[in-house]
Amino acid sequence: MDAKSYAICFKPSSSALKRSNTTRNWYRVAKLEQLKTIGRELTKGSQGGFYQSKEFLDLVKSIGEARSKAEEDRIVLSEIETLKRRISEPDIPKRKMKEYIIRLVYVEMLGHDASFGYIHAVKMIHDDSLLVKRTGYLAVTLFLNEDHDLIILIVNTIQKDLKSDNYLVVCAALNAVCKLINEETIPAVLPQIVELLAHPKEAVRKKAIMALHRFYQKSPSSVSHLVSNFRKRLCDNDPGVMGATLCPLFDLITNDVNSYKDLVISFVSILKQVAERRLPKAYDYHQMPAPFIQIKLLKILALLGSSDKQASENMYTVVGDIFRKCDSSSNIGNAVLYECICCVSSIYPNPKLLESAADAISRFLKSDSHNLKYMGIDALGRLIKISPEIAEQHQLAVIDCLEDPDDTLKRKTFELLYKMTKSTNVEVIVDRMIDYMNSINDNHYKTEIASRCVELAEQFAPSNQWFIQTMNKVFEHAGDLVNIKVAHNLMRLIAEGFGEDDDTADSQLRSSAVESYLHILGEPKLPSVFLQVICWVLGEYGTADGKYSASYITGKLCDVAEAYSNDETVKAYAVTALMKIYAFEIAAGRKVDMLPECHSLMEEFLASHSTDLQQRAYELQAVIGLDAHAVESILPSDASCEDIEVDKALSFLNDYIQEAIEKGAQPYIPESERTGMLNISNFRNQDHHEASSHGLRFEAYELPKQTVQARIPPASLASTELVPVPEPMYPRESYQTTTVPSVSSDAASTELKLRLDGVQKRWGRQTHFPSTSTSNSTSLKTVNGITQVDGSNTANSRTRETYDSRKQVEISPEKQKLAASLFGGPSKTEKKSATGHKSSKPSSHMVKSHAPKSSMEVASEKTSVQQPPDLLDFGEPTVKSTAPSLDPFKDLEGLLEPTTQVSSAVNHSSTAAVTKSPDIMGLYTETTAGAHHKDSDILSGLSNPPMTNMVGGTTTMQVAQSSKGPNLKDSLEKDALVRQMGVTPSSQNPNLFKDILG
Amino acid sequence: MIKAVMVMNTQGKSRLAKFYEYLSVEKQQELIRGVFSVLCSRAENVSNFIDAESIFGQDSRLVYKHFATLYFVFVFDSSENELAVLDLIQDVLPSVFVETLDKCFQNVCELDIVFNYSKIHTILDEMVFGGQVVETSSSEIMKAVEEISKLEAASNAISLIPKSASGWRSR
Repeated sequence: MDAKSYAICFKPSSSALKRSNTTRNWYRVAKLEQLKTIGRELTKGSQGGFYQSKEFLDLVKSIGEARSKAEEDRIVLSEIETLKRRISEPDIPKRKMKEYIIRLVYVEMLGHDASFGYIHAVKMIHDDSLLVKRTGYLAVTLFLNEDHDLIILIVNTIQKDLKSDNYLVVCAALNAVCKLINEETIPAVLPQIVELLAHPKEAVRKKAIMALHRFYQKSPSSVSHLVSNFRKRLCDNDPGVMGATLCPLFDLITNDVNSYKDLVISFVSILKQVAERRLPKAYDYHQMPAPFIQIKLLKILALLGSSDKQASENMYTVVGDIFRKCDSSSNIGNAVLYECICCVSSIYPNPKLLESAADAISRFLKSDSHNLKYMGIDALGRLIKISPEIAEQHQLAVIDCLEDPDDTLKRKTFELLYKMTKSTNVEVIVDRMIDYMNSINDNHYKTEIASRCVELAEQFAPSNQWFIQTMNKVFEHAGDLVNIKVAHNLMRLIAEGFGEDDDTADSQLRSSAVESYLHILGEPKLPSVFLQVICWVLGEYGTADGKYSASYITGKLCDVAEAYSNDETVKAYAVTALMKIYAFEIAAGRKVDMLPECHSLMEEFLASHSTDLQQRAYELQAVIGLDAHAVESILPSDASCEDIEVDKALSFLNDYIQEAIEKGAQPYIPESERTGMLNISNFRNQDHHEASSHGLRFEAYELPKQTVQARIPPASLASTELVPVPEPMYPRESYQTTTVPSVSSDAASTELKLRLDGVQKRWGRQTHFPSTSTSNSTSLKTVNGITQVDGSNTANSRTRETYDSRKQVEISPEKQKLAASLFGGPSKTEKKSATGHKSSKPSSHMVKSHAPKSSMEVASEKTSVQQPPDLLDFGEPTVKSTAPSLDPFKDLEGLLEPTTQVSSAVNHSSTAAVTKSPDIMGLYTETTAGAHHKDSDILSGLSNPPMTNMVGGTTTMQVAQSSKGPNLKDSLEKDALVRQMGVTPSSQNPNLFKDILG
Repeated sequence: MIKAVMVMNTQGKSRLAKFYEYLSVEKQQELIRGVFSVLCSRAENVSNFIDAESIFGQDSRLVYKHFATLYFVFVFDSSENELAVLDLIQDVLPSVFVETLDKCFQNVCELDIVFNYSKIHTILDEMVFGGQVVETSSSEIMKAVEEISKLEAASNAISLIPKSASGWRSR
């Protein structure tokens, strides 16, 4: 061992030494490192090196010193050879074996295959010695996955070890269970794990809970009957077990909020006790009482209180307390504060808490720590959904973050800007985004930011000119990363223009588009998607305003086809564009002179390997040969937005057929009546929904029906729904149920379980729309108030003044200008609503306003009316088309009912389900009568089994309903709001350009 | 949940890698390389958080801490709190590592992490179980680890522990 080995040891750097106290130990130690002598290193290798031999030590060191990857690989490969040889020798002492296995793990961590040793690791877990067994378990959890062939050899041992008297053996087995048990083997260990929930050692209980949680993640149905155990463990004597139980509960609540509303009181009282330092001192951490438990609880409360006024009201006091008590000087204190802000912004808004949250945010943003700034920006992004005016207080801090060299912070800030974009600042924000997009190489993030730019531009574009320019920039810099839909959308916009009223503006828009594209074509390397747009626009509108001659445009198109000769799609677009230009020329009665380069291009395409290109080329030839009248009806000028009426029955041929039959031709036999070619025709027909029942079927088989379900008489269904508890849910699998204590009940409960499943799924949905209705109150303000605007402006200027006076020297005029452009404008936040007058239009428009390819298809094969959706899918046509047809009163009903309004407004298709829901909901809301136990011990508050279900359930429902207010006007307003808010930014908005369209 | 825990040195050599969802060896290496390439491009005095979606897919964040020649990295999803995880790395983990290993060696270096591979894993298993943080008190973790070591030693028929290690046990 020489001095070289120190190279890889800790060396304290001066900056490192300056860091926080908490890590001082680490560095004190690191400093000592320098004093180390070779002799000490030697003793270390032999004594403390955890029984590892010098061989291993040498291996680690030589790998550490390897100068190149190749050298490292060489060392590792020779090590593998050694291990292969050694490990298969007979009678290896256990301790040697243990070392070999550790060496194997190490080798595999370095990225080399160690599979030859897996079986030895498996053998080790059978050993009696705890040390060897644990090493074996460690190795198999690192080596194997749950579907590995060797698992079958392990399951038996795990079963045995779970029953061991030594709790460490049990813990090791539980650890392996988490990693190695898959859906099929869960039943083999489940009974033992359930038993372990009552193990005397808290470490075991904790791990058993986590194992069940893991099972829940892998296969929710396998443990759905055990969910009550999580509730019970919440009252465990050991706070550590209670804290661990919060993990599975968090998942469960995320998936189904409504079944756990009854726990709100319990969670609040636990949080209160934690915050009041009633837990053992051992759980204190940096003078904070059990901060990690507080964080989990706040996360859970945020879920439970989301759009639930009643539940939220229970939380206000405790969250407010935590805001006050939190020590904002420590990292962990800030973590809890941040979680409080998240909670406040998720639950039903409370002005006082919002104020505290805003205070905390400003502390974060003013901090010097990048981490805190990051959290502050993130928190701000959450809070502005509820109170948009808060962003204005922090404008300069936000701009500082935007200009920070730290990429993470920058991205977070862009996320915030994205959330606070409105029509007044869209230009600045999108420009900034595009600049940033150009400066990075990370394709993943580039894609994301490009799509955000597009989205914002579509939503808030101040003018079409600006929109087209912005899109050009996005395409130019990130063209290949942009979704093709965006390109189609852009073409659609250029084609549809300002709509019906203003034709001159339309043609101006198109001319400017053509102009800019001809200019851009000069650039060397353009992305394919962008070229497609360019070709299409040049084809449709290149000669429309008469500024450019046909030969000029066709020349450009030929250049494109030549320059990008390996891109077939672009070539196809170019050919079709050429065809359109020539067709317009012919239709206008001008003589067509094909350019020589165009001729040679056509010759090339006529012999192309691509059938698509060939066909297009032949079509072009054919079109050129036709007379003006025919050409005009095939490719009418500026008609990409016109409806193409397709006569499916081909009735215009009737005369012709009649004539032919009279002359003795065979009449047509419909395909379904023909024999012998059924399979083929059916296959082809599937698109036309005419597939007859015979022939091949391509859809998947249905899942086998549960036999139990068949036995349920319809009458008893209603009665099972009345059974209130989510508690005993019994498994549908028929594994050895004998050892599961809870499965001792009757068949009726099995039936019950099946019903519950469906209900849960339906209700599970709601969690995807948090905060939509929580934002009601504030959005009301912004929607109808000039007064509101004034108020926020004055507040804004005041805060800016104070900020200025403090930081006057540092703030450059550019920054202030930027601030003014980002935040300054009147706080108009309306996003254009989705339920506009144009909502019925898109579906008809989309069919023909897309790329030239399909318009040609329509022309050539008239039967295919239904276009593949991906070409035209600008949004969610299903939503749009179903929305108007629905009875508005149904929606209203949904709104009056507690907690269902979001789903009814957003997801119209589920209205039927919604109308039925309130009674079911009320019944499943099991109440532990916690209100009476509010201040008593958690244990009594929680362990109270849901005996009072029926009563509790109905009362909660009543309260919830009354709190929503019976006032019809209120609910109408809410309906309007929810409709507005319900449009998530990601869904395409049919009214994108409402403003522009006037 | 926590998706992965990694320790690597400033040259990108991985010193410890634990993934809580199974990944093939190749995939693991790819991720480690991906993480390293991001880490080594970070300047000093910037935040400890990185958006890891480009490496680990949707909804993944990464928190790292640079200690001397080592990077400690946790990858997790939105159900964890960044600052809290950072505290785990910069507070709990080092103090446990240092305390545990310190008692043996009076210092910690990169090699120790490799030499004490199974021990470090034991510590991590006490802290993070099945992808969830279950224990955050360093004294509790220490207690558990010590107990394991004690029982391991006792249950082991062949005494693998030389006399010097008993000094560590008794503390």
